[in-house]
Order: sequence, then C-alpha cells, then structure tokens
Amino acid sequence: MGNLGSVKNMLKYIGAESTITANPVELQDAKKIILPGVGSFDQAMKRIEESGFRKVLDAKALTEKVPVLGICLGMQLLTYGSEEGLIPGLGWIPAKTIHFQADNGLKVPHMGWNIVTPSTPSPLCEKLPEESRFYFVHSYYVKVENESCSILKTYYGLNFDSAIQRGNIYGVQFHPEKSHKLGMQLLRNFANLQ
Amino acid sequence: MLKVRIIPCLQLIDQSLVKTVQFRKYSYIGDPINTVRIFNELEVDELCFLDIRATVQKRTPNLKILSEIADECFMPLSYGGGVKDAEMAKKILSIGFEKIIINTAAIENPALIMEIAKHSGNQSVIVSIDVKRSIWGGHAVYSNDGTIKTKLNPVEWAKQVEESGAGELLITSMDQDGTWKGFDMEIIRNISEAVSIPVIANGGAGTVSDIGKAVQIGKASAVALGSMVVFQQKGMGVLVNFPDKKELEGELS
Repeated sequence: MGNLGSVKNMLKYIGAESTITANPVELQDAKKIILPGVGSFDQAMKRIEESGFRKVLDAKALTEKVPVLGICLGMQLLTYGSEEGLIPGLGWIPAKTIHFQADNGLKVPHMGWNIVTPSTPSPLCEKLPEESRFYFVHSYYVKVENESCSILKTYYGLNFDSAIQRGNIYGVQFHPEKSHKLGMQLLRNFANLQ
Repeated sequence: MLKVRIIPCLQLIDQSLVKTVQFRKYSYIGDPINTVRIFNELEVDELCFLDIRATVQKRTPNLKILSEIADECFMPLSYGGGVKDAEMAKKILSIGFEKIIINTAAIENPALIMEIAKHSGNQSVIVSIDVKRSIWGGHAVYSNDGTIKTKLNPVEWAKQVEESGAGELLITSMDQDGTWKGFDMEIIRNISEAVSIPVIANGGAGTVSDIGKAVQIGKASAVALGSMVVFQQKGMGVLVNFPDKKELEGELS
C-alpha cells in the first residue's frame, strides 16, 4: 500500500493543497509533510537516504518542526527500525516495528476495518468518536517505548499502537485516505495543525 | 477485532453499470459514478469493480472511469477486467485503487500474479476464479467471462495461485450469479479450507442470512453482494442500497 494518488485525492477533497515530489529541494518549502511510504522498509529508507531527502527531512522535522504525518509504512519509518529490514529507520519517535505472528489463527497481513481507541489525547484525533473505524493493511506493527507517544491503540491478537505522536511528528498505521469520513476528519485535523 | 467485509461487487461494461444473471443476460443499472456516491454516503467497507466483458471484447481498462471513481471514493477499491500485464496493474494502482483482480490473465500467465505482487505487495493482487457445477458433480473453472471451460480444478487452482503470491481470492459461482438463491456453499467452503489467504464469496446473495451462511458455513473471510445492492428485490427495479447494519451485525455475531 502507500497510495500517493489516494492521499492526494482526499486532500484535494478537503481543500488542502498538496504536491507529490521526488525532489528534496521542493520539500524545503513544505509547510507540512506526509510520508505515505511505498514498498518495503529497507527500500523506502534507502530511497530517503540516497535521494538526498534525509537531510531536508531531518531539518524540516527536527529543526523547523513542521508537522509530519507518516501513513502505514510511513509511520513505521519514524521508528528506530523494523523486523522487516536491516537499515535503521528515521528514529524520530522512540519505537520499534515488529512482525505480526501468524499463530493462533490470525491472518497476516492484518487487513480490513478495525477499531481504534484513544490512549493519549492528541490534536490529530480531535472530533473522532471514542471508538472509530479505520482501514488497515499491514504485516508489521509499531510498539512505542514510552506510552505517552501512543495516541491510538488497536487490538489484533495483541494491542498495538495504531497512531503515535511525538511533538510535531505523527504516524498512523491505518489508511485515513481509505477510511471514509473519519479518515477525512483525521486528515483535516492534520491539515489544520499550526 | 476485525469484522467481516461486505463488498458491493459492481459490474461494468465499459462505462455502464450492469448486473448479470448467470453471467449472460444482464440489466442496465445506470451510471457508475452516481452509484459509487451512494455507497460512499453509506460508508460501505470496500468496493469491487469488474469490467466483465473487457477481456472478451478485447478492451483495455477504462482508466478515465476508474479515475473518476477513485476521486470520489475514500474506501478500499479493487478493479478487474482486461488487466493483462503488470504495467496496467501499476497504472490502476497509481490512480488510487489498492487491489487488482485478475482472472483470465492469471490462467494464461500465472507469473503475472507474482509480478504484480513483487511491485505492490501480495495484498494488492486478487485472483478471481469463476466456477460452475458440472452435470456429473464437482466444479470446473471457467475463463474469459465464463465462456471457456478450462481443465483446472478449482481447489487445486486456488492453492496454486496462493503459492504464486495472490493476496486474496474472489470466488464466483456462475450458477448462482444474479439468482438471489444463496452462495454455492460447497465450493466456497472447499476453497476456504484449502487456502490460508482471505476468500471473498461471490454470486447468489439474496438475503442477509445468505451472508451469514457464507461466513459460518462457507468459512469465507468476506462477502460480495451484486443484485442485492442494486435492485429493490428480485424481479424489481433498480435501487442502490445496502443491507441494514443492525441486521447484518445480528447475523454475523
């Protein structure tokens, strides 16, 4: 997953201007950044490192502190690293990315609609009902080191962190761009962040 | 925990939305865009589009219609019909669909399954298998919109496509399609028990109880609805609708 087209479609629908870029220079002007994440963990990290995106991303996220939203693999990239790969992640949020175990009858990937419940209040989750339904497709899940970085949790054989935040940096495991009105609300919340 | 996905499965012939009975005779339903807007409002789990005649009419997928659909639909979308190569699959995925459905192309070139899976992940490939009961018992696999009987055994073929990298299976009973008489539970169950990837039961749903049976008896992971979501009732006029959520929850709990 990691569908740039769908994310852009939804942003357009809610009236948020966006550009898809493969050029790190263009990223310098961004007021907010969405990392959808395409392919596998190592592939994505390699592309970030080799394309010159890493330096700009670090500057934007850590120094300039513009809001960043990682979606699905994009969220996993925010962690220290993943069992899916060998290359370290961006490490912006103290967390690890772990493989789902396919035992006790659970199918992997975790695919379909599932419930998220708030663990720590966050501006990203404003106006979301206590139990919200979002669409997931993933084989790896994120576990935060410090519970204060977990903002939403979901149960799939175990409780995992379905949304995380540290300051201006946010990640969601589900696909807001594929989650109807609640997904739209979440992206609108992100678009409205100062 | 995860709920069973209930998926309106919409049949296209190029730009028109239609609904077939046993794969042949069909009724015109209307404009696909108006229809998807209704399903959007109803916040259905997922939508599946099949251009049922694309392969036999030797057409390529209508990317314009697919883009219009993706612009309106903020839910998981799958498309099948006339996808012959990984390039076309990539194009459709980049428009905003997450799953590509292949049927005849998978039979003619099973390597295509892995080719798409390698690029976009297994979860982005659904192999569709059209099955029909034989007069002597058992089931046969058909290709080319049900016009060509193959020598494939449905269960063996399902296992083979799973091994080849398919992320999901769409199993359609040609006998039950458009009849409102319920799913072909036997084939759904035989395939569901033989594979570990999700199986979507398709063809024949007429009542909410049929949906429950497909899951409880057929062991399907998801259920596709055709006639039920585009007609008022059997033999009656077009009405885009979705079964009552409470009734569904009661049936599936």
